[in-house]
Amino acid sequence: MIRFILSKLLYLVPTLLGITLVAFGFIRLLPGDPVLLMAGERGVSPERYAQIAAQLGYDKPVWQQYLGYLGDLLQGDLGNSLVTKRPVLDEFLALFPATVELGLVAILIAAFVGVPVGVIAAIKRGSWFDQISMTGALIGFSMPIFWWGLLLIILFSGILGWTPVSGRISLMYYFPPVTGFMLIDSLLSGQDGAFASAVSHLILPSIVLDTIPLAVIARQTRSAMLEVMGEDYVRTARAKGLPPARVIGVHALRNAMIPVITTIGLQIGVLMAGAILTETIFSWPGIGKWMIDSISRRDYPVVQSGLLLIAGIVMIVNLIVDLTYGLINPRIRHQ
Amino acid sequence: MSIFSPRMLAASALAVMAAAPLHAKTFVYCSEGSPEGFDPAPYTAGTTFDASGHAVYNRLVQFKPGTTEIEPALAESWEVSEDGLEYTFKLRQGVKFHANDKFTPSRDFNADDVIFTFERQANADHPWNQYLAGITYEYYSSMEMDKLIKSIEKIDDNTVKFTLNQPEAPFLANVAMPFVSILSKEYADTLEAAGTREDLNNAPIGTGPFRFVAYQKDAVIRYQKNADYWGEAPKIDDLVFAITPDASVRLQKLKAGECHLMPYPAPADLDDIRADPNLKLDEQPGLNVGYLAYNTTVAPFDNPQVRKALNMAMDKQAMIEAVYQGSAEVAKNPIPPTMWSYNDAVEDDAYDPEAAKKMLEDAGVTDLSMEVWAMPVQRPYMPNARRAAEMIQADFDKVGVKVKIVSYEWGEYLKKSMEEGREGAVILGWTGDNGDPDNFLSVLLSCASAAPGGANRAFWCNEEFSDLLARAKATSDPAERTSLYEQAQVIFKDQAPWATLAHSTQYVPMARNVTGFVQSPLGDYTFESVDLTE
Repeated sequence: MIRFILSKLLYLVPTLLGITLVAFGFIRLLPGDPVLLMAGERGVSPERYAQIAAQLGYDKPVWQQYLGYLGDLLQGDLGNSLVTKRPVLDEFLALFPATVELGLVAILIAAFVGVPVGVIAAIKRGSWFDQISMTGALIGFSMPIFWWGLLLIILFSGILGWTPVSGRISLMYYFPPVTGFMLIDSLLSGQDGAFASAVSHLILPSIVLDTIPLAVIARQTRSAMLEVMGEDYVRTARAKGLPPARVIGVHALRNAMIPVITTIGLQIGVLMAGAILTETIFSWPGIGKWMIDSISRRDYPVVQSGLLLIAGIVMIVNLIVDLTYGLINPRIRHQ
Repeated sequence: MSIFSPRMLAASALAVMAAAPLHAKTFVYCSEGSPEGFDPAPYTAGTTFDASGHAVYNRLVQFKPGTTEIEPALAESWEVSEDGLEYTFKLRQGVKFHANDKFTPSRDFNADDVIFTFERQANADHPWNQYLAGITYEYYSSMEMDKLIKSIEKIDDNTVKFTLNQPEAPFLANVAMPFVSILSKEYADTLEAAGTREDLNNAPIGTGPFRFVAYQKDAVIRYQKNADYWGEAPKIDDLVFAITPDASVRLQKLKAGECHLMPYPAPADLDDIRADPNLKLDEQPGLNVGYLAYNTTVAPFDNPQVRKALNMAMDKQAMIEAVYQGSAEVAKNPIPPTMWSYNDAVEDDAYDPEAAKKMLEDAGVTDLSMEVWAMPVQRPYMPNARRAAEMIQADFDKVGVKVKIVSYEWGEYLKKSMEEGREGAVILGWTGDNGDPDNFLSVLLSCASAAPGGANRAFWCNEEFSDLLARAKATSDPAERTSLYEQAQVIFKDQAPWATLAHSTQYVPMARNVTGFVQSPLGDYTFESVDLTE
């Protein structure tokens, strides 16, 4: 097991190195550059431009800049934002918990709603439940997130007044962040109603963010269940007179979960993409919006190091997902 | 358990304490973006200045609320020498800097703070010049303060003398701008000793109407009223910036009572705002201009008659309706009507396609095809450049001129549009920094600004025009300056290096119970005078 984890971790190194190259190259291939964008309509004289470029080290050949960047990375220096001048790592750590909190809530809802829906749809194949839930899943999968988010805000916050419009907690609560996770910090603060406020602020963004993963998980669970339910061992289990709950809950579901877990793991990447839009609509201070802002400002250090951090985390999550296969499927454990 | 158990009482006491800020008057502003930092000197975004320069700091002089006139601030008075080279500021006494948990000022504001503020930007060897990695002072450099200021002298604790290299009338307007907000030298020394220099940018200490409390990145900025404020104390107790980048979401927050005031509504939402009984909408002409700049160095656009003819072919009123949704006025001068020295006697080239066609023929221009550049971003002065370009295309087609619309990524757009020999005409605009006409005319239209790195995208160099600007800069007599700028606008109209398109209106939606908000022509959002009625 340990050797398995180590070999997986070893794979991360060349992959991360590849990511530094892609992230570094990608942002520089985009037209426009940070100095021009900072100067705006006013413009910047060639002398001043050269001066700033030299100060930032952008006057050197690109390969030298890249090697310098790698050297800094090895020393744990992720660079400073060109815009805020603050260390990239500090900014990332300030924003990352918000994204994780939203993402976790979304993926938990997606899994705990999506799997049962898929199972029931598979068992009651062709029923009205199956028809409606799978049509719903198709719609969810094709939903334009930005429009969907605004629609929910206008309906639930504007017209009905049930949920807050945006933010992470009501502004009447103020406590310094301890963990960065608002659900935990609001409990720690001991302020009356803070936790409820944090929960109410999570409702709409987590619905919007989990729309696509929920649809994918429900559909995937349904088709995996249908496949497994045709297998011999399920028929045998039925034939030997096991109660239906045991046939489905143990024999079918456990086997059907393997592709579903893979899907849930893959949805982490989808969540990152969804986070960009969701965070923008709901003024959610996370890393999705941070990345988009930094790309549009050509904030090279933030983009290259931010992408590296995000990719690293997504890979580690996928590694953890890989490991959980072993728990569910002994065949993989033994290999 | 009785509902009056001690535990419940303790819990409700806690609840009262937690809710305490509610009893205080809290004003929530749904701001449009995150500040880049809280040191106003290295940054250029208005969003940053609202959060730092205007809330936390003061300057030597300031713009009188709602105007671009200069009035005393941290300098109580000033004298300008005969030759216009020496500015002697008498500083206000008894002004207190804010305190925070790591710093309590031991002295009042004085000349050392002024010198520190300017020197650290002016002098690359100053110990605070590079206190953040890769920091640059863009405004200080682009306003050419480095070339302008020869020396700054402390005469005594309450008197500072600036000596300039040449007379410069806009100097006072420049030192009213946020980039020269006065910092505390004592705070800087304290941070230096503690080894936390970056806190100058993270935990600002100023003399302004509000004391900085906390910033949660991309989410919330909190301020408290400065009870020791030297000016009229703010009427609200707490000021909160709730950062909300999307305009539609800002409006929803305003409607739901989650904030009291918001900037930059989407033009399409204006009718909805007007119809809402709980909201009111403040409007004011913005200090801006949207324009189409011809390349006056390339035939046939080097001929003023051709440029004028094209201007006459353009239905600008239709553009106001379609592009600005009516929230702008047709521009005839390069400076907006709210600016002093605006020459209202100038007559615009009237929309007349027939006459335009004839003028083009007379100038020997037939079968002309040209590029029109549409900027890829929205700005208050130009909310939809693509639509504007399409309308120009249709209008020019009627006079036999074929238009190809081009666009580039924003950074490229800015760069390529300043390249020598550029093809075609460029849609762009400008929003004033300090309310001085020189900040429009010299920056955008002088001979000097036609050089690489300038912003004169018409590459228009008219000696007579530039000479008028130079003379206006060298005199400090307002009447004389006004007359010179008025003459300059006549030359501009006659030579038509641009088609002046529009001056857009600034809208500020707010809750009905907000009083005392004064719109700034410069587009600043300041809250020292706001109040909330029941």
